This record gives sequence, structure tokens and C-alpha cells, in this order.
Amino acid sequence: MGGDGTLDRLKRKGRIVVVGASLAGLRAAETLRDKGFAGSLTLVGDEPYEPYDRPPLSKGVLLGKASADRTALPRLRNVDAKWRLGVAATGLDMGARRVRLADGDEVPYDRLLIATGVRARPWPHEGEGALDGVIVLRTRDDSAALSRMLAAGPRRVLVIGAGFTGSEIASACRERGHHVTVAERAAAPLVGALGGVVGAVAAELQREHGVDLRTGVMVTALDGDAAGRVRSAQLSDGSSVRADVVIVSLGATRNTEWLYGSGLGAGPRGIACDAGCRAFDIRGIVTDDIYAAGDVARCPHPLFGYQFLTLEHWGNAVAQAEIAAHNMLSESVDRVPHMEVPSFWSSQFGINIKSVGVPSMGTEILITQGSLESRRFVGVYGYQGRVIGAVGFDSARWLPFYQEQIEAAAPFPPEFSTVDRRTDGQRPVDADFPDPSVPTHGPTVTLSGYAPDDRRMTFVPAH
Amino acid sequence: MVRIAVDLNRCQGYAQCAFLAPETFAMHGEEALLYNPEVDEAHREKLLQAAAACPVQAILVDAVDVPAKAVSGGR
Repeated sequence: MGGDGTLDRLKRKGRIVVVGASLAGLRAAETLRDKGFAGSLTLVGDEPYEPYDRPPLSKGVLLGKASADRTALPRLRNVDAKWRLGVAATGLDMGARRVRLADGDEVPYDRLLIATGVRARPWPHEGEGALDGVIVLRTRDDSAALSRMLAAGPRRVLVIGAGFTGSEIASACRERGHHVTVAERAAAPLVGALGGVVGAVAAELQREHGVDLRTGVMVTALDGDAAGRVRSAQLSDGSSVRADVVIVSLGATRNTEWLYGSGLGAGPRGIACDAGCRAFDIRGIVTDDIYAAGDVARCPHPLFGYQFLTLEHWGNAVAQAEIAAHNMLSESVDRVPHMEVPSFWSSQFGINIKSVGVPSMGTEILITQGSLESRRFVGVYGYQGRVIGAVGFDSARWLPFYQEQIEAAAPFPPEFSTVDRRTDGQRPVDADFPDPSVPTHGPTVTLSGYAPDDRRMTFVPAH
Repeated sequence: MVRIAVDLNRCQGYAQCAFLAPETFAMHGEEALLYNPEVDEAHREKLLQAAAACPVQAILVDAVDVPAKAVSGGR
């Protein structure tokens, strides 16, 4: 080991604190022990549960194939950690290197990893959001509560917002035989993440499966009965929908409020980091001892013009946790950047949707294989003459190929001839993403400016 | 109980797991996978076979037994 011995001391008897006890926090803890960290390790989590996996909560759990309280993450090794569960972190003193907890305790650290993730954006009207039957879906408690509501046999379920989570919920509800209305502000489901061309397919899928899909509308009010139970929703087109379960699926808010005033570069868009997951302070200077990983981290990605990307993806949480853990225990020349190509999946209405790259950066789309009509296809997104992303509907085995195209900055439209002869030729069309200056429900990828201490992002209200 | 998670970024729907451990894994549509994240200890052997047979090695199985006290609340 090189250096002045500081790192060696850290490894032997340092104190590492991980705030956030979910996927990223757990994988970071496991990686730290894998890399030989023998000091004290503390994991802080605001939920009273050990780390659990979230993807089943909007799929298998709602279909009755799994139980919301039984999705704890498998342990890949012993972490020998002190667990502080059910107590949120409330503040950070960067000078004294201490994390304040909600119970008044303070935990000192030599290295800190922040993996506090996001929470579901609540219904903006507090009184309406508190009505019985109105719920968001993010945590295992949410999923358990929603499962109970669905088991009670609602007459109609209303899903507000047709992003991935909202669409998955609608799919599960239809499979269970419930009447479902989906209200979406954009022209189609999934447009924020995949654009209008693919969104149109998602809309057809929903309607074919019996969803009452209303697009281009907003829910303006929720009405309750005398007992405080939700009864109906008013829509911006003047119509109303009777529903006894309302799921608010309007994207997520990053859990960074506890860092405000600490001097760390944290805001509503996440915590600005370098490509090695080291957090910036508000002056735009990178810290040596504070790292961020997972949904809360905003890292510049070399493959995507060094744009700061915040990715609410399972694979991103794992990758960044491993990078942050490695870099914490490494000399500067041994640190590694986060370069993994973003990827995510969703399954809904019987279709497996997978994506690689950043489709939402694309301006054009070319269907390179299959067809939109058959619901089995690969769409490739182009940006400034290169391949920037791809989406597959029931085409998972092709995506690694397109990932290589993205990594190689392959030209767009692609020059290879595809395996199936295409009658529509190789002409890309406008990918039809909504104007980014018009707010919509949160896309799963948000792009933001270059400067880490961008003041526009620091004090924007959450809604 | 045995805990599992599937890295569905890796999963390509080969369905080997659904053949080998159908009480835990099931295909949902032609390509999507549904699974039960917590499985009875009696199925561990079949689970390990399914994990080993996965062509893309997407199935993560508990490597350690977690002592209950290690994850209780408080300090």
C-alpha cells in the first residue's frame, strides 16, 4: 500500500457510516468488507426494516405471488455492521464529521456514504391525500397497504400518472380483475422515459387490456365522503371518475432535505458527485470523505456528454455502491469512475420492457427489429448522429448488442443491416419526447446542468 | 427461509429457473419473470440448482444466515 499510511489506518480501525439502508447501502457495506475494511461500520435507515428489494412491490406482491414483508435482500456476505434502523438522519456536520440522528444521537465518521434514495411524491393537496383509499407506492408498508385495499375488492381503482410504476400497478390491477382508470398528463404512458412513438404502443397495450386510459388530462381534485373515504376524482377536462382506491404515482422526491445547510452540494435534484461518487460541496469543490450512491446521487457520465445523471435504477444503485465503496478505500490514482451504461426493466401487460443507455436524450428513433404492431421490437434512439439508447419489448436478448453500440458511440442510424428484412427501410422518425421545459411526472432519468453548484437547482420547491 | 433476488437487467428470459424451481420462479408472459423473494428452506437445493443453471447468472441467493438480533432496531 502506498501513501502516508492514512488509508491503512482507515482500513484497520476507521469509522464508516452509511446513511440509507436499502439496496445501495447494503451492497456498499458488503463491498467495503470484501475490500478488507476491518473498522467500525454503521448503517442508518429511516425504515424499521432490514434492506429489502423494491421491484417486487409493484409486481409480484400486487399479484399475490409474493408478500410485501418478505422481500428482504439476500446477503452476499456478512457485513458485521451496527444497524440503526427506524431512525432517520436529520443533519450533517461536515466540519466535525458527524451525522445527527432523529433520536438526538450523533454518529461520528471518517468516511460517509449517503444513499438516502427517494420517496414517492405525495398528492400535492394534503387534505385530499389523507383521504382513506389514497396511497402512494414506494415502501413495503405502502405495498402491504395497497395489497390490503385491493383484496377488499374496490369497485374502481384510479392510478394518477402513467410512468413505469403507475403502469405496472394498472397492469397488476387488471390482472386481478379490478376496473382501472389511468389519468396521465402527457399524451401517452411512459413518454417521459421512452418518447411518444413507444408511448403510443404502451397506450394501446393498456387499452387492449381493459384500462380506461385518459391522456392529456390532470386530476384537479379528489373528493371524499362524510367518513373521509375517497369517492371520486375531478379531471381537468371537466369529467369525473368514481374510485374507491386512488394510487398517486407522480414520480419521486430525493431525500436530501436533511443535508440542507450542511454545505454539501445537495438539492431537490440529488447530491452532485464526481464520476467516482465523491460528493461536491456547495462551492463546487469535491469532498474527500463524503460519497453518494443510488437514486440520490447525480454523477457526470462520460458516455453522455458528462451530463449529470440521476438514475432511479436498480442496477445503478448496485454499481455506484460498489464504486463508492472501492474509492473510499483507495488512493486517488486507484479510484475508478462510474461508467456503467444505464439500464432498467419493467414488466406490464404481459410484456417485458427493457432499456439500455439514455433513451430520453435521443431525438430520433428507428425500429431496427420486429414491429410496433407485433409488440415485439427493438427501438434505437439517436442523438447527434450516434446511438444513445435502445428499448426492447420482449426482446431482452438483443439489448447487450445495443449496449455495445452505445458504448462504442456507434453511428445513428445504425449502419448494420438487421437480421430481419425491413419493409419500412432504415428511416428514423422523431422520437417525440415532450418539451423538457414543460414539467411532467418524473421520468426515470433526469438530466440537469453541468455546474455542480448550479444555484437554480439548489432551492427549487419539490412540487 | 432463503432469500433471493434476481438481477432483471441480466435476466434474458431463458426460463431455466422456471423449469428447475417452479415453486419459486414463473414466466409472466413470454419473457418477463415473476419470483418469490423468500422461499422455504426445503427448497434451497433446487434454488441453488436454478441459480447455477441460469445462463446469465442473474439469480442472487443468500450466502449467509443473518442473525435476527443483528437487524433489530435501536443501537
